[in-house]
Amino acid sequence: MLRVRSIKVNYGAIRALKGVSFHVKEGEIVTLIGANGAGKSTILNTVSGLLRPVSGEILLKDSPIHKLSPAQIVKLGVSQTPEGRQVFSTLSVRDNLILGAYPRRKQSDKSEIRKDVEEVEKLFPILKERNKQAAGTLSGGEQQMLAIARSLMARPKILLLDEPTMGVAPIMVAEILRTVKKLRDGGMTVVLIEQNAHAALSVADRGYVLETGRVVLDGTVEELLENKEVKRAYLGKGYQEVWE
Amino acid sequence: MLIRNQELETLSRSDIRQLQLERLQAIVFRCYKNVSFYKKKFDEAKISPDDIQSLDDLKKLPFTTKADLRDSYPYGMFAVPLREIVRIHSSSGATGLPTVVGYTGNDLKNWCDLCARIMYAAGVTRDDVVQIAFDYGIFTGAFGLHQGAERIGASVIPTSVGHTERQVKIIQDYKTTVLACTPSYALTIAEKMSEMGIDPKSLNLKVGLIGAEPWSEAIRGEIETKLSIKAMDNYGLSEILGPGLAGECEARNGLHIQEDHFIVEVIDPETFEVLPVGAEGELVFTTLTKEGFPLLRYRTGDLSRIDDSPCACGRTLARMSRVFHRTDDVIVVRGVNISPSQVEAILRKPDGNLPEYQIIVDTKDANDALEVLVEVSEDLFVDEMRQLRELHLNLEKKVHAALGVKVKVRLVEPRSIPTKDGKVKRVVDLRRGDSQ
Repeated sequence: MLRVRSIKVNYGAIRALKGVSFHVKEGEIVTLIGANGAGKSTILNTVSGLLRPVSGEILLKDSPIHKLSPAQIVKLGVSQTPEGRQVFSTLSVRDNLILGAYPRRKQSDKSEIRKDVEEVEKLFPILKERNKQAAGTLSGGEQQMLAIARSLMARPKILLLDEPTMGVAPIMVAEILRTVKKLRDGGMTVVLIEQNAHAALSVADRGYVLETGRVVLDGTVEELLENKEVKRAYLGKGYQEVWE
Repeated sequence: MLIRNQELETLSRSDIRQLQLERLQAIVFRCYKNVSFYKKKFDEAKISPDDIQSLDDLKKLPFTTKADLRDSYPYGMFAVPLREIVRIHSSSGATGLPTVVGYTGNDLKNWCDLCARIMYAAGVTRDDVVQIAFDYGIFTGAFGLHQGAERIGASVIPTSVGHTERQVKIIQDYKTTVLACTPSYALTIAEKMSEMGIDPKSLNLKVGLIGAEPWSEAIRGEIETKLSIKAMDNYGLSEILGPGLAGECEARNGLHIQEDHFIVEVIDPETFEVLPVGAEGELVFTTLTKEGFPLLRYRTGDLSRIDDSPCACGRTLARMSRVFHRTDDVIVVRGVNISPSQVEAILRKPDGNLPEYQIIVDTKDANDALEVLVEVSEDLFVDEMRQLRELHLNLEKKVHAALGVKVKVRLVEPRSIPTKDGKVKRVVDLRRGDSQ
């Protein structure tokens, strides 16, 4: 579905990605884990076209997308849910969702969009309950759900989730992760970025571990959980066990 | 068609290359970060891990040789602290310091899976009774196939090597269906069987997993007839993984290399140039997933050629041709590596002169036999017989002690060893069809 090959990305003089390669198969949740500054968000922003790689390529179903504009990439079915939600806080929940369908406003009529709103509200019942409320009055977790739901309104083939559990109450974390899984089970392809490696590895199928702009390890979730270095650095457990 | 990992063994070539690139970049970085040997080599060659932007860039990296492994004896090239290592294997060390390899939990799991893959490809299923007649010990062979068979769900009998009569009894009574051993031991077992008056056709044996020594197609035919089995080849090196690196499928048209875990290159052993697909040369492997003991561009010394065209079995994994020759003169006799230089060290006289000699390997009485011809100078021949006999016994003892294999030494007259272009051929391996 998605193939990223040796992308290098600069922020001015700083090289944020030093040649990152990974792939995502259809219907799979792939997580990118790593510490702050490892380059996780940079990768998502590059895939969605907000950043341009200086070299390397990104292929969506075998065709290159790394030279397209973000709008074109969204139309091809890549939707990003940005870090920190960024919902339109003064608009109602429902209007936020309808805005999510903006990229396909020309292809879809209103009834279709209404149907999709119903669909995502089924996925996130809380959003239906609060559909008239201003989005800014929702809790952090609810806003996150709204942000994901809004991304879904573009009918993406692949969903890029940037830290969906950041600053969210534990009970909502579980709820969000459950929903991500449900989306995958429905055939959605997901790239999930998390600092909370525990959370990410509990729902993902495979993962890549990033360090200072490079991939240092890849594997199935089971393999990553078995890796002592991952345990030490990202899961914060067995620290003593490993190094004493 | 028997494919154990349907997804990974039938990836499209472009998917394989994508996976290999991802893993190559990661392991190169891990090697640079965690193995001082590689950091030094990279720095010397002015290479950064970030220079690997495509699979083609692999050839920028330095080679790793057996000598490098010896220099870092025992743990110098481990990429993780020793406490993360859960298994240690090593080579025999007959030719100097042994090479020591360590496996993490994930390494063992991968090894197990890969052995299961090649065994499944050879026809082993959960209904089989697998007799492992490889030496259980510090070597990788027995343990690799043992755990692979268990992963498949077969019933494993760890008989180890030796006690041939008991082996035959077990084959007969326990209804063994799969026999794993060296080619020479397979023939030993066959011989014992006929001695005991047992007809192989009356047994349940169906498949042989034969390896650890080079064996010709003629030997394969002999094993198959005498044991009434299908003899399947597999390939592995303890430095890289042990068995599980590559194995034959039912098409028997080369050994499938587990390319999701390894990158294979074929190089010209003289110029070190990477050769195109299909050309014969030295096999060079890069491990892609190993955590404990990763190796970049490890030179195996084994000669083979690669074919990456689709196989009749459905696998897309490239195939290597069976290995019959090595780049150096190292010969494998009963699982032990022997190099002419070891023999040379013994024959060299105190004055530094080296008599002409030749090593002849043959299969005698179903076992590999080693003979060393040594030319003795004329003055020695005219001397007393007693002195000559002493020299003879002495040499035999010394060579045996150094090689760890029984050797017959024959003293011959000067210039009696045939030469070619004025040079004596140091090794004549009759098993692979060399002429004397």
